[in-house]
Amino acid sequence: MPLQIVYFARVREAVGIDGEQVEVEACNNIADLIDRLAAQSELYAAAFSDRSKLRFALDQKMVRADAMLDDAKELAIFPPVTGG
Amino acid sequence: MIDVRIQSESFDSAALLAALELVGVGAIASFTGFVRSDDGVTAIELEHYPAMTEASLRAVATEAQSRWNLSGAVIVHRIGKMAVGEPVVFVAAASAHRAEALAACAFLIDRLKIDAPFWKKEYRGELAHWVEAKASDDARAADWD
Repeated sequence: MPLQIVYFARVREAVGIDGEQVEVEACNNIADLIDRLAAQSELYAAAFSDRSKLRFALDQKMVRADAMLDDAKELAIFPPVTGG
Repeated sequence: MIDVRIQSESFDSAALLAALELVGVGAIASFTGFVRSDDGVTAIELEHYPAMTEASLRAVATEAQSRWNLSGAVIVHRIGKMAVGEPVVFVAAASAHRAEALAACAFLIDRLKIDAPFWKKEYRGELAHWVEAKASDDARAADWD
């Protein structure tokens, strides 16, 4: 099923795009998808090299890397937030 | 009353406080954050996740209302580029008594720091770099759990 990925801040600059659509299996979790993306090029491998600095939101709700994709429409990948 | 705003324009904290006073209460506590000139910083730029930001700020304000007896909670957060000395964020809580207003005000800013999808970039002239999240912010927010 299609999943829209959106990137923000340092992650957006590292992958060089605001977002992209990918095909995923509902049984996958976010960490599996990150592994797959990191394997596709050196650019992605570098962007996702420090997993401890990645945070995620599934359909605009903050979740951990072990969250299942299920039938989510949008996955956001970004560094720890620094507002305020 | 919950008032949440995300805007690129600057804001007047006195006007925001005056609006909150109309709610009619015994106590209002507020916090305003400004751009600091740390280590030669000349400006900052705030990026955010438009589809999520307002809902996350509203959730923080709603949580504050459920914890304390508030007649009003206000959060204003700016986005885009701003110079040293400009206001970045404003939070305020109105209640019948000072203890609740002060606690709710601290909660609003502490929780916003870890829950709201904003990312800050610092500029030193032409040089730009992303601000790293602070473990101390996580710790402060965790104190409210």
